[in-house]
Amino acid sequence: MTALAPLPDETLAGRVKWTLHDYRAIVGQEFTHLWRQPANFLWALGFPIVMVLLFVYVFGSAMDVTGQGAGVDYVAYAMPGMFAMTMAFGFTNTAWAVADMKEKGFIDRVRSMPMASSAVVVGRNLADTIHAVLDLLVLFLIALAIGWRSGGTAWETLGAFALLIWLRFALIWVGIWMGLLVKGVEQAGNLFAVAFPFGMVSSVFTPPELMPGWLGAIAAWNPVSATATAIRELFGNPVAAGASWPEQHAVLAAVVWPLLITAVFLPLGVRRFRDLGR
Amino acid sequence: MTTTTVEAAGLGKRFKDTAALDGFDLVAESGTVLGLLGPNGAGKTTTVRILTTLLRFDTGRAAVAGFDVAKDARQVRRRIGLTGQQTAVDDLLTARQNLVLFGKLFRLNKTRARERADQLLAQFGLADAADRQAKGFSGGMKRRLDLAASMILAPQVLFLDEPTTGLDPAGRREVWDAVSGLAADGTTVVLTTHYLDEADRLCDRIAVIDHGRNLVDDTPAGLKRRMGADRLEIVAADPVDLPLLEQVAAAVADGDVAVDESGPSVSAAVKDPVAALTAAATALQDKRIAVADIGLRRPTLDEAFLDLIGRPDPKEDAQ
Repeated sequence: MTALAPLPDETLAGRVKWTLHDYRAIVGQEFTHLWRQPANFLWALGFPIVMVLLFVYVFGSAMDVTGQGAGVDYVAYAMPGMFAMTMAFGFTNTAWAVADMKEKGFIDRVRSMPMASSAVVVGRNLADTIHAVLDLLVLFLIALAIGWRSGGTAWETLGAFALLIWLRFALIWVGIWMGLLVKGVEQAGNLFAVAFPFGMVSSVFTPPELMPGWLGAIAAWNPVSATATAIRELFGNPVAAGASWPEQHAVLAAVVWPLLITAVFLPLGVRRFRDLGR
Repeated sequence: MTTTTVEAAGLGKRFKDTAALDGFDLVAESGTVLGLLGPNGAGKTTTVRILTTLLRFDTGRAAVAGFDVAKDARQVRRRIGLTGQQTAVDDLLTARQNLVLFGKLFRLNKTRARERADQLLAQFGLADAADRQAKGFSGGMKRRLDLAASMILAPQVLFLDEPTTGLDPAGRREVWDAVSGLAADGTTVVLTTHYLDEADRLCDRIAVIDHGRNLVDDTPAGLKRRMGADRLEIVAADPVDLPLLEQVAAAVADGDVAVDESGPSVSAAVKDPVAALTAAATALQDKRIAVADIGLRRPTLDEAFLDLIGRPDPKEDAQ
C-alpha cells in the first residue's frame, strides 16, 4: 500500500497557499449544493418574497409612512426594508448549516484532517456571503418587477448593496457562533424565533416613530434599521427617519454596527471552535 | 515483526465533575484490529477523540503512528483516518463528489483527488453508485462511503467509532467485510463497539473499558476463556420436572447449578462437556424424564462482558 503524502506545507507561503486551497474547497462544496438543489435556494427566498407581497399588497394600502396618505410610496419604503430583513434573517441559515455540520460529524472529520481547521469557519462565511449576493440579486429583480426603482446614482446604488452585504457578513459570524453553541439542528431551527423580532422590530416595514416610545427606541437602535435607513437614503427612497442619532446618521451607523458585531462575534466564534477540543 | 502503532498510557480526561478517562492504557500493534469494548459512557468515544487529536487530555501520554498526539497533532492527522459515530458525508453530493471534496481537503491536487476517488469507489464497491447523491444510499453504503473518505491518504491507523450502530444486518456485514479487507491490507484499526459479536468477529484484541479504566485486555478467545467452564443446559418439557432436572444436573456438575424458572431450564458448569452430556442423557433416560432440549453451550462474549462490568448495558437492552 503506497502512502499518499500530501504536498508539503511547512513554509509560511505553502501554508497560506494550502489554507486558501482549503477555503476554496469548502466554498466549492457550497456551490455544488446550490447547483444540485436550486429549489432550496428559492425556497429560502420564499419567506422575504411572501412578506413583501403581504406588506405591499395586503397591509400596504393602510400604511402611511411618508405622511402623505395611506399607501403612498409604500413600495419604495418597503423594498429596501425587505432587502435589509433578508440580510438580517440570513444568519439563521448559517447557524443551521454549522449546527448540521457539527451534528453530522463533518466538523469532527475535518478537524481530524491535515487541513486548515479555520476553513470550516472562514469557508462557511465566504460561501454564505456569496450566497447573500445571489439572494440580493434575485430580490432586486423581484423588486424591479413590482415597480421599485433606485433613485440614486449607480455608485450610491452599489454602495447600498455593499452595506447590505456588510450587514450580512457581520451577522454570519453570529450565525457561526450560534451554530457551534446550539445542541443540534433542531435548536438551530428555533433560532428563527430570535431572528424574527430582530428583523421586524426595526424600520424594515414601519417607521420606529409610529411605534410605542420604548419599542420605537429599540427599533431605531436596531442594526437592521440602520442599514435599512441608510440604503433608503442611498436609493433615494422615502426615509421617514426619526430624530434619534442612528436615524440621523444612518450611513455611519450602517458601517459601524456590523463592525461592532464582527468585533464581538468573530472572536467568540473562533473561541467556540477551539473549545470543541476541550 | 510487530511494532506498536497506537500507544497510550495513563490517559486522564475530566469533563467538569466526571472523569471520562481515569488512567487508561491502550496498545495496538501494527496491522491488527483493536476493539474498545464497554458500556455507554465508559470512555470509548473520549479515547478515540483524544487519539484522533479532536480532544485535549489532562494527564498521560499518547502516540499514534510514532508521533505524540498532543505535540505533533499535524503529523498524526496525516497518518490517521476517522469514521465517527455519524456518517460524516455530504448527503447532497454524489459519492464521487464527496470523495473528491475530501481528497481536496486532504490536500491532494484535483487530478490526484479524482484518481483516488475512483480507486476508493472501486475498493469499497461503490463504483456503480458513484454518481448518485449520497442521500439515497442505504445505511451500509453510506458507511462504506464514510470509510472510503477516511481512507483517502491510505492512513496507517483507522479509527472507527461504533461503525455499525444503527445498520441493518446486511449493512453490518458490508462494513465488516470492508474493515476486514483494510486490516488484511495492513491498516491498523481501532474500533469501538458495544456489539460483542462484532468485536468477536473483527478484532485481534479487545480492550474492555468501564468508568474510564482498563478492565481487561485480551484476545476474543482469551476473554471467553476467562468465563471459565462450558455449561450443560437442559430445557424441561414440563415445568414440574425442574427439581428432578436439577438433581440430574447437580450429579454431573463441576461448579454451580442454575435453575431458570422461566426457561424452564437448568444449567450447570461442567469441565468435561462430552462426558457430562452423556451422563446426563443416560440419567434422563433411566428416570424416563422427557425434556425439550439438552445441549452444551459455550460462554458468549456477552456473558464475559456482563460478568466483567457487572451491570447490563442499557443500550444493548434497547436494541
